[in-house]
Amino acid sequence: MALLKLQFPLQRRVRLAQSLWLLSWLAVLAGAFTFSLGVYLKTELLRRAEVMDNTEIHVVPNILMLVGLITIGINLFAGRVCQDSLDSARFPPWKPFLLPWYGLAWMVCVWLLSAVVLSYALQGHLEESLKVGLRNGIRFYRDTDVPGRCFQKETIDRLQMELRCCGNTNYRDWFEVQWISNRYLDFTSKEVKDRVRSNVDGRYLMDGVPFSCCNPGSPRPCLQNHLTDNTAHYNYEHQSEELNLYNRGCRQALVDYYMGLMNTIGPGILSVISLQMSVLVSLRYLQTSLDGVDPENPEADSEGYILAKGVKETMMDVKNTMFKLLQFGQVEAGDEAEAGADGEKAATSS
Amino acid sequence: MALMVVKFDLKKRVKLAQFLWLMYWFSVMAGVLVFSMGLFFKIELRKRSEMMDNNESHFVPNLLIAVGLLACGINALGGKICYDSLDPIKFSRWKPMLKPFLVSCVAFNCLLVLTALLCFLMRIPLQFTLAEGLKNALRFYKDTDTPGRCYMKRTLDQMQIEFRCCGNNNFRDWFEIQWVSNRYLDFSAKEVKDRIGSNVDGKYLMDAVPFSCCNPGSPRPCIQYQVTNNTAHYSYDHHTEDLNIWKRGCRDALISYYGGMMNTIGALVLLVAILEVIVMIGLQYVNTSQCNLANPEDPESESEGWILEKTVKETFTDIMDKMKAMSKGNAVEEGGVDGVATVS
Repeated sequence: MALLKLQFPLQRRVRLAQSLWLLSWLAVLAGAFTFSLGVYLKTELLRRAEVMDNTEIHVVPNILMLVGLITIGINLFAGRVCQDSLDSARFPPWKPFLLPWYGLAWMVCVWLLSAVVLSYALQGHLEESLKVGLRNGIRFYRDTDVPGRCFQKETIDRLQMELRCCGNTNYRDWFEVQWISNRYLDFTSKEVKDRVRSNVDGRYLMDGVPFSCCNPGSPRPCLQNHLTDNTAHYNYEHQSEELNLYNRGCRQALVDYYMGLMNTIGPGILSVISLQMSVLVSLRYLQTSLDGVDPENPEADSEGYILAKGVKETMMDVKNTMFKLLQFGQVEAGDEAEAGADGEKAATSS
Repeated sequence: MALMVVKFDLKKRVKLAQFLWLMYWFSVMAGVLVFSMGLFFKIELRKRSEMMDNNESHFVPNLLIAVGLLACGINALGGKICYDSLDPIKFSRWKPMLKPFLVSCVAFNCLLVLTALLCFLMRIPLQFTLAEGLKNALRFYKDTDTPGRCYMKRTLDQMQIEFRCCGNNNFRDWFEIQWVSNRYLDFSAKEVKDRIGSNVDGKYLMDAVPFSCCNPGSPRPCIQYQVTNNTAHYSYDHHTEDLNIWKRGCRDALISYYGGMMNTIGALVLLVAILEVIVMIGLQYVNTSQCNLANPEDPESESEGWILEKTVKETFTDIMDKMKAMSKGNAVEEGGVDGVATVS
């Protein structure tokens, strides 16, 4: 019992071929769209590569780019096939390529779906990577004279200003790090000596943050130093002061930004998957309906289906074919072994 | 002696009409482009309208929008005329309109060139507008509790961060105004009383700048307060310190931003004007070649096309004579009426 059988008179076949041609060109555009989405996502991830520790998340845009190119290729092929499909002389050469084409189209859909799933599944990894990257960025903020790290300060400052965030989890991360280089500290002054001695590692720690944490929307000029000391500033209470600095941590800001990107890309990819599936189904119908055409009477009706037998029977058939191939391999090996054993017996007996 | 005569057989006429129809569609798109550039420019001016004086003029973007719409209309009409030119019946309906249409095309091209010129010249009034507007903006920086001015601080901070500039002419503009609101000054402290007593107006002036003047590319954490006092900071010399705060003034930054935009728009409008001249000449050829068939009954005969029927000088003297005749005709009519009145 064939799966989803449909009748195809000549007119319907012609219309199927024409609409498939249009669909395949739309699918080519969809493939280009997928590729460009992959490129865009990759550039966005590369822009902040300095605050990321590893590149695991890059697997999502890489899949999108690769699958986009493959989609363009297979849909150009599909367009060519259906252009030749109504000419009974030009169609047969394409027939042997169709089965691998179905496999490839099916794989494309699976990969796209996996890219969407991965983009949500890897959120935890992204957060970990950002945690480590930002921690290092904050620790090396002051090393503007160390080659390889001299741009950390500018990177972190621009990141905090663009994303409106401060520190890793929040602004208190700056209190635990010495973010002023020793070159700009006067070690003869009492204040500096007191602070350096007040902790085990001899670091100059203070309850201050860099200027890039300042919120322009605050009604009062930015307070950067002595943040936890209410008496240091007039009319200031640090527990209730909300607008002075950015409250959000940069890790949360970056994760939100990238998850927002993935959420926007998700529906686009799902529509590309559905387009590719419709091209696959249409091509299958076209192929089976053309196969069923009587060569004597090319304008007669024919039947088209997705699978020649039901799903279960097709699976059994595939299993049997594979079994036979394996058995064939085993029997050949068994024959050789017997022939080898015979040969040895003959050798020992002679 | 006609100007630039070209012989046309049927095939050439058809090709000319088809090519010109395509060119008219490009011109319609060019008109859409001019319209959208005018719209973009208007939005950009509106975005920074707080930094500008109240009498800022939106004349140039409005003109660009109007010219863009007019270009779309004229070119669509020209395309329709070209499309109909190969059918003698349809073309005969358009014939009486063609001469006035071509004259209006000439006027429109002059308008396009004028618009481009205005785009290049708009920099000058903009400079004055921005100087005045920024001076006021700096003065209202502290008024975050005054309705109508409460967002000035945020706007100015964001602008200084985005355009990488500080103050009006340079960072010293901040030294001359009080940018810390009285709400946050402790008037019982000695330091505050000293500073207020030190100047005539009783303003709290200091040699400090807001945080938005800080340059992230500086190797040391930003020095905002006591900027001109070398002893206040370790290893600091404000004469040689280049990277600490932005050196450029915001007026210069905004002028170069808008100036670049206007130069690009002006250049594009000039290119559109050149395109319009080309299609106008093409339409004149279509017109003259269709009107001068060697054999009026046979639509497939050869014909000649030209840009002007006589040479430029002769056409010019013709126009002057016509204008003189028109003004003389009025004078004669009036004289006749007077004569009749006196006689009767």
